Amino acid sequence: MTDVIDSLVGIAPGSKLDAIRAQRIEARKHAQASFTSLFEPKQLGGVTTDERHAIASFVTGLHGEPKTDAFYAAKLPANLRSAVAAEVAAAKTKGPYGHFPKGPLSVEDTPGPTWKVSDAGRAALGPRLAAAFEHTHMLVFHPRDASAASLQSLLDAGWSTDDIVTVSQLVSFLSYQIRVVAGLGVLASTL
Amino acid sequence: MSTDKTLTPPPHTEPVVFTRDMLDWLPWLEPMAEADMTEHHIKSLVDAARVKSPYFRLLARDPDVLEARTRTDKDIFYNPEAGLPRAERELAAAATSRLNGCIYCASVHARFAATYSKRVDDVQRLLDEGVEARLDERWEAIVAASVALTALPMTFGKDHVERLRAVGLDDAAIADLIGAASFFNWANRLMLSLGVPATQPK
Repeated sequence: MTDVIDSLVGIAPGSKLDAIRAQRIEARKHAQASFTSLFEPKQLGGVTTDERHAIASFVTGLHGEPKTDAFYAAKLPANLRSAVAAEVAAAKTKGPYGHFPKGPLSVEDTPGPTWKVSDAGRAALGPRLAAAFEHTHMLVFHPRDASAASLQSLLDAGWSTDDIVTVSQLVSFLSYQIRVVAGLGVLASTL
Repeated sequence: MSTDKTLTPPPHTEPVVFTRDMLDWLPWLEPMAEADMTEHHIKSLVDAARVKSPYFRLLARDPDVLEARTRTDKDIFYNPEAGLPRAERELAAAATSRLNGCIYCASVHARFAATYSKRVDDVQRLLDEGVEARLDERWEAIVAASVALTALPMTFGKDHVERLRAVGLDDAAIADLIGAASFFNWANRLMLSLGVPATQPK
Protein backbone atom coordinates (compact mmCIF):
# COMPACT_ATOMS: atom_id res chain seq x y z
CA MET A 1 0.00 0.00 0.00
CA THR A 2 1.15 3.53 -0.78
CA ASP A 3 2.91 5.37 2.02
CA VAL A 4 0.65 8.33 2.74
CA ILE A 5 3.41 10.71 3.85
CA ASP A 6 5.57 9.87 0.80
CA SER A 7 2.61 10.29 -1.46
CA LEU A 8 1.48 13.63 0.02
CA VAL A 9 5.00 15.09 -0.02
CA GLY A 10 5.66 13.64 -3.47
CA ILE A 11 8.71 11.60 -2.48
CA ALA A 12 9.75 9.52 -5.48
CA PRO A 13 11.63 6.21 -5.06
CA GLY A 14 15.35 6.83 -5.44
CA SER A 15 15.10 10.53 -4.57
CA LYS A 16 17.19 12.22 -1.91
CA LEU A 17 14.30 12.38 0.55
CA ASP A 18 13.49 8.73 -0.12
CA ALA A 19 17.02 7.87 1.01
CA ILE A 20 16.71 10.11 4.07
CA ARG A 21 13.40 8.57 5.10
CA ALA A 22 14.92 5.12 4.56
CA GLN A 23 17.39 5.90 7.39
CA ARG A 24 14.37 6.05 9.74
CA ILE A 25 12.72 2.96 8.33
CA GLU A 26 10.87 2.08 11.54
CA ALA A 27 9.42 5.58 11.90
CA ARG A 28 8.38 5.53 8.26
CA LYS A 29 6.76 2.11 8.56
CA HIS A 30 4.98 2.86 11.82
CA ALA A 31 3.77 6.32 10.86
CA GLN A 32 2.05 4.47 8.04
CA ALA A 33 0.87 1.73 10.44
CA SER A 34 -0.60 4.47 12.65
CA PHE A 35 -2.55 5.75 9.68
CA THR A 36 -3.77 2.25 8.82
CA SER A 37 -4.72 1.48 12.42
CA LEU A 38 -6.77 4.67 12.62
CA PHE A 39 -8.40 4.71 9.19
CA GLU A 40 -8.43 1.06 8.10
CA PRO A 41 -8.44 -0.66 11.51
CA LYS A 42 -8.74 -4.42 11.92
CA GLN A 43 -11.55 -3.70 14.36
CA LEU A 44 -13.56 -0.51 14.20
CA GLY A 45 -14.56 -0.60 17.85
CA GLY A 46 -17.05 2.12 18.74
CA VAL A 47 -15.85 4.72 16.24
CA THR A 48 -17.36 4.36 12.76
CA THR A 49 -15.43 4.90 9.54
CA ASP A 50 -17.52 7.96 8.72
CA GLU A 51 -16.83 9.43 12.17
CA ARG A 52 -13.10 8.86 11.73
CA HIS A 53 -13.13 10.56 8.33
CA ALA A 54 -15.33 13.44 9.47
CA ILE A 55 -13.05 14.23 12.42
CA ALA A 56 -9.95 13.86 10.22
CA SER A 57 -11.35 16.23 7.63
CA PHE A 58 -12.15 18.76 10.35
CA VAL A 59 -8.58 18.50 11.73
CA THR A 60 -6.92 18.89 8.34
CA GLY A 61 -9.30 21.70 7.41
CA LEU A 62 -8.29 23.57 10.56
CA HIS A 63 -4.61 23.17 9.67
CA GLY A 64 -5.17 24.41 6.13
CA GLU A 65 -2.37 22.41 4.50
CA PRO A 66 -3.90 21.93 1.03
CA LYS A 67 -2.57 18.49 0.02
CA THR A 68 -3.27 16.76 3.31
CA ASP A 69 -6.64 18.45 3.57
CA ALA A 70 -7.65 17.33 0.08
CA PHE A 71 -6.58 13.75 0.86
CA TYR A 72 -8.83 13.47 3.92
CA ALA A 73 -11.67 15.60 2.49
CA ALA A 74 -11.94 13.08 -0.36
CA LYS A 75 -12.76 10.37 2.20
CA LEU A 76 -15.53 12.38 3.78
CA PRO A 77 -19.09 11.11 3.31
CA ALA A 78 -20.81 13.38 0.78
CA ASN A 79 -23.65 14.27 3.13
CA LEU A 80 -21.19 15.80 5.63
CA ARG A 81 -18.99 17.75 3.20
CA SER A 82 -20.70 21.11 3.35
CA ALA A 83 -21.30 20.89 7.12
CA VAL A 84 -17.62 20.15 7.81
CA ALA A 85 -16.49 22.92 5.45
CA ALA A 86 -18.80 25.42 7.17
CA GLU A 87 -17.53 24.47 10.63
CA VAL A 88 -13.90 24.65 9.48
CA ALA A 89 -14.48 28.16 8.12
CA ALA A 90 -16.06 29.27 11.39
CA ALA A 91 -13.57 27.49 13.67
CA LYS A 92 -10.23 28.27 12.07
CA THR A 93 -7.98 30.40 14.27
CA LYS A 94 -4.36 30.74 15.43
CA GLY A 95 -2.59 28.59 17.96
CA PRO A 96 -1.37 27.42 20.31
CA TYR A 97 -3.16 29.50 22.95
CA GLY A 98 -4.62 28.74 26.36
CA HIS A 99 -4.07 28.89 30.08
CA PHE A 100 -1.34 27.52 32.32
CA PRO A 101 -1.96 26.24 35.84
CA LYS A 102 -2.39 29.29 38.09
CA GLY A 103 1.01 30.59 39.18
CA PRO A 104 4.16 32.09 37.71
CA LEU A 105 3.20 30.94 34.20
CA SER A 106 -0.12 32.81 34.32
CA VAL A 107 1.62 35.83 32.76
CA GLU A 108 1.97 33.66 29.64
CA ASP A 109 -1.75 32.85 29.47
CA THR A 110 -2.99 33.56 25.97
CA PRO A 111 -6.75 33.93 25.79
CA GLY A 112 -8.69 32.52 22.87
CA PRO A 113 -12.08 31.12 21.99
CA THR A 114 -13.72 27.98 23.35
CA TRP A 115 -15.33 27.16 20.06
CA LYS A 116 -18.83 25.69 19.73
CA VAL A 117 -20.39 23.98 16.71
CA SER A 118 -23.10 26.09 15.04
CA ASP A 119 -26.76 25.09 15.36
CA ALA A 120 -26.83 24.13 11.69
CA GLY A 121 -23.64 22.12 12.15
CA ARG A 122 -25.05 20.35 15.18
CA ALA A 123 -28.13 19.37 13.18
CA ALA A 124 -26.03 18.03 10.29
CA LEU A 125 -23.36 16.30 12.38
CA GLY A 126 -25.47 14.97 15.22
CA PRO A 127 -24.59 15.25 18.92
CA ARG A 128 -21.72 12.72 18.92
CA LEU A 129 -19.73 14.34 16.13
CA ALA A 130 -20.62 17.83 17.35
CA ALA A 131 -19.07 17.02 20.74
CA ALA A 132 -16.04 15.44 19.05
CA PHE A 133 -15.53 18.54 16.86
CA GLU A 134 -15.60 20.86 19.88
CA HIS A 135 -13.05 18.66 21.65
CA THR A 136 -10.96 18.49 18.47
CA HIS A 137 -10.86 22.27 18.16
CA MET A 138 -9.42 22.46 21.68
CA LEU A 139 -6.86 19.73 20.91
CA VAL A 140 -5.74 21.44 17.72
CA PHE A 141 -5.55 25.07 18.89
CA HIS A 142 -5.38 25.16 22.69
CA PRO A 143 -4.51 21.74 24.07
CA ARG A 144 -3.23 23.13 27.38
CA ASP A 145 -6.84 24.11 28.21
CA ALA A 146 -7.82 20.42 28.31
CA SER A 147 -9.64 19.24 31.41
CA ALA A 148 -11.60 16.28 32.72
CA ALA A 149 -14.71 18.32 31.88
CA SER A 150 -13.89 18.19 28.14
CA LEU A 151 -13.73 14.39 28.39
CA GLN A 152 -17.00 14.34 30.33
CA SER A 153 -18.65 16.22 27.44
CA LEU A 154 -17.55 13.42 25.12
CA LEU A 155 -18.86 10.73 27.49
CA ASP A 156 -22.15 12.64 27.78
CA ALA A 157 -22.44 12.67 23.98
CA GLY A 158 -22.14 8.88 23.86
CA TRP A 159 -18.43 8.26 23.33
CA SER A 160 -16.99 5.49 25.54
CA THR A 161 -13.57 5.60 27.19
CA ASP A 162 -12.20 3.33 24.44
CA ASP A 163 -13.70 5.60 21.77
CA ILE A 164 -12.14 8.69 23.36
CA VAL A 165 -8.70 7.07 23.29
CA THR A 166 -9.13 6.35 19.57
CA VAL A 167 -10.43 9.84 18.77
CA SER A 168 -7.63 11.46 20.81
CA GLN A 169 -5.04 9.38 18.95
CA LEU A 170 -6.63 10.25 15.63
CA VAL A 171 -6.50 14.01 16.21
CA SER A 172 -3.02 13.83 17.74
CA PHE A 173 -1.62 11.57 15.01
CA LEU A 174 -2.90 13.97 12.36
CA SER A 175 -1.23 16.86 14.21
CA TYR A 176 1.99 14.91 13.56
CA GLN A 177 1.30 13.74 10.02
CA ILE A 178 0.24 17.18 8.76
CA ARG A 179 3.45 18.74 10.12
CA VAL A 180 5.74 16.03 8.73
CA VAL A 181 4.16 16.44 5.31
CA ALA A 182 4.44 20.23 5.45
CA GLY A 183 7.99 20.15 6.85
CA LEU A 184 9.34 17.57 4.41
CA GLY A 185 7.60 19.45 1.61
CA VAL A 186 9.58 22.57 2.48
CA LEU A 187 12.81 20.56 2.76
CA ALA A 188 12.13 18.90 -0.62
CA SER A 189 11.66 22.29 -2.25
CA THR A 190 15.24 23.21 -1.25
CA LEU A 191 16.94 20.03 -2.48
CA MET B 1 -25.04 8.28 27.24
CA SER B 2 -21.98 6.30 28.05
CA THR B 3 -21.83 4.66 31.46
CA ASP B 4 -18.08 5.35 31.58
CA LYS B 5 -16.93 8.09 33.92
CA THR B 6 -14.07 10.51 34.19
CA LEU B 7 -11.74 9.99 37.14
CA THR B 8 -11.07 12.44 39.91
CA PRO B 9 -7.32 12.18 40.57
CA PRO B 10 -6.27 11.69 44.20
CA PRO B 11 -5.02 14.75 46.12
CA HIS B 12 -1.88 16.00 44.39
CA THR B 13 0.12 19.13 43.66
CA GLU B 14 0.10 20.28 40.07
CA PRO B 15 3.43 21.74 38.90
CA VAL B 16 3.00 25.44 38.08
CA VAL B 17 6.36 25.97 36.34
CA PHE B 18 8.32 24.11 33.69
CA THR B 19 10.83 21.88 35.44
CA ARG B 20 13.40 19.15 34.86
CA ASP B 21 12.13 17.34 37.96
CA MET B 22 10.56 13.90 37.60
CA LEU B 23 6.77 14.27 37.54
CA ASP B 24 3.87 11.88 37.89
CA TRP B 25 0.91 11.80 35.55
CA LEU B 26 -2.64 11.11 36.74
CA PRO B 27 -5.27 9.95 34.25
CA TRP B 28 -8.74 11.47 33.84
CA LEU B 29 -10.01 8.27 32.22
CA GLU B 30 -9.73 4.73 33.53
CA PRO B 31 -6.61 2.90 32.27
CA MET B 32 -7.02 -0.79 31.50
CA ALA B 33 -6.62 -3.03 34.52
CA GLU B 34 -3.51 -5.18 34.18
CA ALA B 35 -5.64 -8.27 34.73
CA ASP B 36 -7.82 -7.41 31.72
CA MET B 37 -4.93 -6.97 29.31
CA THR B 38 -4.52 -9.64 26.65
CA GLU B 39 -1.27 -10.53 24.92
CA HIS B 40 -2.28 -8.11 22.19
CA HIS B 41 -2.53 -5.27 24.73
CA ILE B 42 0.77 -6.20 26.38
CA LYS B 43 2.53 -6.36 23.02
CA SER B 44 1.21 -2.88 22.19
CA LEU B 45 3.21 -1.47 25.11
CA VAL B 46 6.43 -2.51 23.31
CA ASP B 47 8.32 -2.23 26.65
CA ALA B 48 6.74 -4.66 29.10
CA ALA B 49 7.68 -2.37 32.03
CA ARG B 50 5.17 0.17 30.73
CA VAL B 51 2.40 -1.99 32.17
CA LYS B 52 3.03 0.00 35.37
CA SER B 53 2.27 3.29 33.61
CA PRO B 54 -1.35 4.51 33.76
CA TYR B 55 -0.72 6.56 30.62
CA PHE B 56 0.27 3.55 28.53
CA ARG B 57 -2.43 1.32 30.04
CA LEU B 58 -4.98 3.97 29.04
CA LEU B 59 -3.63 4.18 25.48
CA ALA B 60 -3.60 0.35 25.33
CA ARG B 61 -7.38 0.58 24.89
CA ASP B 62 -6.50 1.06 21.20
CA PRO B 63 -3.53 -1.30 21.05
CA ASP B 64 -2.67 -1.18 17.35
CA VAL B 65 -2.45 2.60 17.36
CA LEU B 66 -0.42 2.59 20.58
CA GLU B 67 2.11 0.13 19.20
CA ALA B 68 2.54 2.06 15.95
CA ARG B 69 2.83 5.34 17.92
CA THR B 70 5.50 3.92 20.19
CA ARG B 71 7.59 2.40 17.38
CA THR B 72 7.43 5.71 15.48
CA ASP B 73 8.54 7.56 18.62
CA LYS B 74 11.45 5.24 19.34
CA ASP B 75 12.93 5.44 15.87
CA ILE B 76 12.64 9.23 15.70
CA PHE B 77 14.42 9.69 19.02
CA TYR B 78 16.62 6.64 19.63
CA ASN B 79 17.91 5.63 16.21
CA PRO B 80 21.61 6.56 16.48
CA GLU B 81 22.35 6.43 12.74
CA ALA B 82 23.32 9.81 11.22
CA GLY B 83 20.97 12.77 11.32
CA LEU B 84 20.49 15.10 14.27
CA PRO B 85 22.39 14.32 17.50
CA ARG B 86 20.12 12.87 20.18
CA ALA B 87 20.50 15.96 22.40
CA GLU B 88 19.06 18.16 19.68
CA ARG B 89 16.17 15.83 18.86
CA GLU B 90 15.34 16.14 22.56
CA LEU B 91 15.77 19.92 22.36
CA ALA B 92 13.18 20.04 19.56
CA ALA B 93 10.81 17.92 21.69
CA ALA B 94 11.32 20.16 24.72
CA ALA B 95 10.82 23.36 22.71
CA THR B 96 7.63 22.02 21.12
CA SER B 97 6.32 20.98 24.55
CA ARG B 98 7.25 24.39 26.00
CA LEU B 99 5.26 26.17 23.30
CA ASN B 100 2.22 23.90 23.49
CA GLY B 101 2.34 24.04 27.29
CA CYS B 102 2.90 20.37 28.13
CA ILE B 103 4.72 20.62 31.45
CA TYR B 104 4.98 16.82 31.76
CA CYS B 105 6.46 16.24 28.27
CA ALA B 106 8.79 19.22 28.65
CA SER B 107 10.13 17.82 31.93
CA VAL B 108 11.05 14.46 30.40
CA HIS B 109 12.66 15.81 27.27
CA ALA B 110 14.41 18.74 28.97
CA ARG B 111 16.05 16.14 31.24
CA PHE B 112 17.17 14.15 28.18
CA ALA B 113 18.35 17.28 26.37
CA ALA B 114 20.36 18.33 29.42
CA THR B 115 21.80 14.83 29.92
CA TYR B 116 22.91 14.37 26.32
CA SER B 117 24.13 17.94 25.70
CA LYS B 118 25.46 18.67 29.21
CA ARG B 119 24.10 22.21 28.64
CA VAL B 120 21.95 22.26 31.76
CA ASP B 121 21.78 26.06 32.00
CA ASP B 122 20.66 26.51 28.40
CA VAL B 123 17.98 23.84 28.76
CA GLN B 124 16.76 25.41 32.00
CA ARG B 125 16.68 28.85 30.35
CA LEU B 126 14.41 27.43 27.63
CA LEU B 127 12.08 26.12 30.34
CA ASP B 128 12.19 29.33 32.40
CA GLU B 129 11.99 31.92 29.65
CA GLY B 130 10.27 30.04 26.86
CA VAL B 131 11.03 29.57 23.19
CA GLU B 132 12.48 33.09 22.80
CA ALA B 133 15.27 32.30 25.30
CA ARG B 134 18.83 33.16 24.25
CA LEU B 135 20.77 29.91 23.72
CA ASP B 136 23.30 29.93 20.90
CA GLU B 137 22.73 30.31 17.18
CA ARG B 138 22.52 26.57 16.50
CA TRP B 139 20.09 25.88 19.33
CA GLU B 140 18.06 29.00 18.61
CA ALA B 141 17.73 27.87 14.98
CA ILE B 142 16.49 24.44 16.15
CA VAL B 143 14.03 25.98 18.60
CA ALA B 144 12.78 28.49 16.00
CA ALA B 145 12.19 25.70 13.47
CA SER B 146 10.30 23.65 16.08
CA VAL B 147 8.15 26.67 16.90
CA ALA B 148 7.44 27.33 13.22
CA LEU B 149 6.30 23.72 12.77
CA THR B 150 4.14 23.83 15.90
CA ALA B 151 2.40 27.19 15.52
CA LEU B 152 -0.87 27.40 13.61
CA PRO B 153 -0.89 28.45 10.93
CA MET B 154 2.50 26.81 10.43
CA THR B 155 5.24 29.23 9.39
CA PHE B 156 8.02 26.73 8.68
CA GLY B 157 9.63 27.75 5.40
CA LYS B 158 12.78 27.82 3.31
CA ASP B 159 14.28 30.50 5.54
CA HIS B 160 14.18 28.05 8.46
CA VAL B 161 15.87 25.35 6.37
CA GLU B 162 18.58 27.81 5.29
CA ARG B 163 19.19 28.91 8.87
CA LEU B 164 19.51 25.27 9.96
CA ARG B 165 21.97 24.56 7.16
CA ALA B 166 23.97 27.63 8.14
CA VAL B 167 24.45 26.22 11.65
CA GLY B 168 25.60 22.86 10.32
CA LEU B 169 22.52 20.66 9.96
CA ASP B 170 22.53 18.44 6.88
CA ASP B 171 19.37 17.24 5.14
CA ALA B 172 19.06 14.12 7.31
CA ALA B 173 19.42 16.23 10.46
CA ILE B 174 16.74 18.64 9.26
CA ALA B 175 14.44 15.69 8.53
CA ASP B 176 15.06 14.45 12.09
CA LEU B 177 14.18 17.85 13.49
CA ILE B 178 10.94 17.84 11.49
CA GLY B 179 10.19 14.35 12.82
CA ALA B 180 10.93 15.24 16.44
CA ALA B 181 8.97 18.51 16.55
CA SER B 182 6.06 16.98 14.64
CA PHE B 183 6.00 13.93 16.88
CA PHE B 184 5.70 16.11 19.96
CA ASN B 185 2.64 17.73 18.50
CA TRP B 186 1.21 14.21 18.72
CA ALA B 187 2.55 13.36 22.18
CA ASN B 188 1.74 16.72 23.79
CA ARG B 189 -1.91 16.45 22.83
CA LEU B 190 -2.33 13.00 24.39
CA MET B 191 -0.52 13.92 27.61
CA LEU B 192 -2.31 17.25 27.99
CA SER B 193 -5.81 16.01 27.27
CA LEU B 194 -6.05 12.63 29.01
CA GLY B 195 -4.70 13.52 32.44
CA VAL B 196 -2.76 15.91 34.58
CA PRO B 197 0.86 16.13 35.81
CA ALA B 198 1.65 16.00 39.52
CA THR B 199 4.79 16.73 41.49
CA GLN B 200 6.35 13.67 43.05
CA PRO B 201 6.28 13.40 46.83
CA LYS B 202 9.65 14.40 48.32
